Amino acid sequence: MERGTLTVKAGHAEMLKGGVIMDVINAEQARIAEDAGACAVMALERVPSDIRATGGVARMADPKIIESIMEAVTIPVMAKCRIGHIAEAQILQAIGVDYVDESEVLTPADERYHINKHEFTVPFVCGARDLGEALRRIGEGAAMIRTKGEAGTGNIVEAVRHVRTVVASIKRLHSLGDEELVAEAKEMGAPLDLVREVARTGKLPVVNFAAGGVATPADAALMMLLGSEGVFVGSGIFKSEDPVARGRAVVRAVTFYEDPDVLLEVSRGLGEPMRGIDLATLRPEEILATRGW
Amino acid sequence: MRIGVVALQGAFREHAQALQRLGAEPIEVRLPRDLDGLDGIVVPGGESTTIRQLMTEYGLLGPLASLVASGLPVLATCAGMIVSAQRVDGEPLPGLGGLDIDVSRNAFGRQVDSFETDLPVPAIGDHPFHAVFIRAPVVKSAEPQVRVLATLPDGRIVAVQQGNVIGIAFHPELTVDDRIHRYFLRLVTERAQVPSAAHSN
Repeated sequence: MERGTLTVKAGHAEMLKGGVIMDVINAEQARIAEDAGACAVMALERVPSDIRATGGVARMADPKIIESIMEAVTIPVMAKCRIGHIAEAQILQAIGVDYVDESEVLTPADERYHINKHEFTVPFVCGARDLGEALRRIGEGAAMIRTKGEAGTGNIVEAVRHVRTVVASIKRLHSLGDEELVAEAKEMGAPLDLVREVARTGKLPVVNFAAGGVATPADAALMMLLGSEGVFVGSGIFKSEDPVARGRAVVRAVTFYEDPDVLLEVSRGLGEPMRGIDLATLRPEEILATRGW
Repeated sequence: MRIGVVALQGAFREHAQALQRLGAEPIEVRLPRDLDGLDGIVVPGGESTTIRQLMTEYGLLGPLASLVASGLPVLATCAGMIVSAQRVDGEPLPGLGGLDIDVSRNAFGRQVDSFETDLPVPAIGDHPFHAVFIRAPVVKSAEPQVRVLATLPDGRIVAVQQGNVIGIAFHPELTVDDRIHRYFLRLVTERAQVPSAAHSN
């Protein structure tokens, strides 16, 4: 009986596919998310838009918050640690969360190294802007990838860019000859064995969700149409006027992303979405997606 | 053979691929209209809360439960087994019926307790099946009409069959061994050969 194997870690992400993972900051929000049909929740102290507003150093949530959320719902509970913060990850594993997100939304703890995720029994999800970054994280042991987008903005443009970039690179690799893959791996800064695997299979070796900027059911459906296998929604739900209705609508949009009739029905009368930010107004140091390497 | 795969959430694509490899025609099922002319159905792993909720809301639960009651062969894995069970942790929840069992959700603990192991499943052959358990349920109790297909060394029941309904706590769609899908497709073929039972709708 083996625990913590890559099959078991990546297999859990397979079970989340076609689902929506919602950011929540307390037990009540977690219950709302579960009732809306979320396939998992991400336990946080502050949602990304509040992290932006408050500033300062963003860290792992207080274990007490995470534990109260784990007690409130039966769906999987994820939690974020800072990039490279091995001790936060160990604490999250000790709490018993179902997935750790080594996340650029929190302030990075290590400017050079991400966590060696192979050493953990708990599976990790990591953000990526392009295929090279995704494969570096998988090489370090990530069992699930999410394209980064730009968290806490309610603006889908970066998420679209990142998903399109990853999908285009996969297509390109698929068309290359074996001798070209070595040079390609060097250019991408990705492990050659993973580059070869992607070239052969035409897909990422692990499940790939979209994140960072989803605010409406249509945004969620768009990410699925572009090739994501599920969606993380952060501030988009609980920073909107009617989180219950919006949460349900986003879940349904992900299931029925190819059915415009259902999309129309679930998009109607949801109240105000979160306000949103034009990315051109952000200063370079306010951009979260460039954290991590 | 047209085999429906409930495609609301979870690992439905892997089941469809396994069925295709074995020569069946997988049909993604999201709405009641997708149920026409099916010879069998797979209810995949995923989040049972999410799947049950979407099945109820989009009107799939009632019609599918009737098909199951009329003998439609079912392969229900993990979350699928939970929504096919009579009871979940002692509570009767709205589901597909088909399995007179009481299942316990997340019976092994959380994700860090998920595991893989070689499991004897005599009904599909002598070699053990490499079984992947992810936040898996177990069958806490089963009525006498339920046949036990596999138990762990500690005696906990992790695979059952009742008539044409197979319930599996692990994930045969995540490994290359296709014996469980073959076993299911044999039920489908056998049912098609009994003229009165097949396609009575």
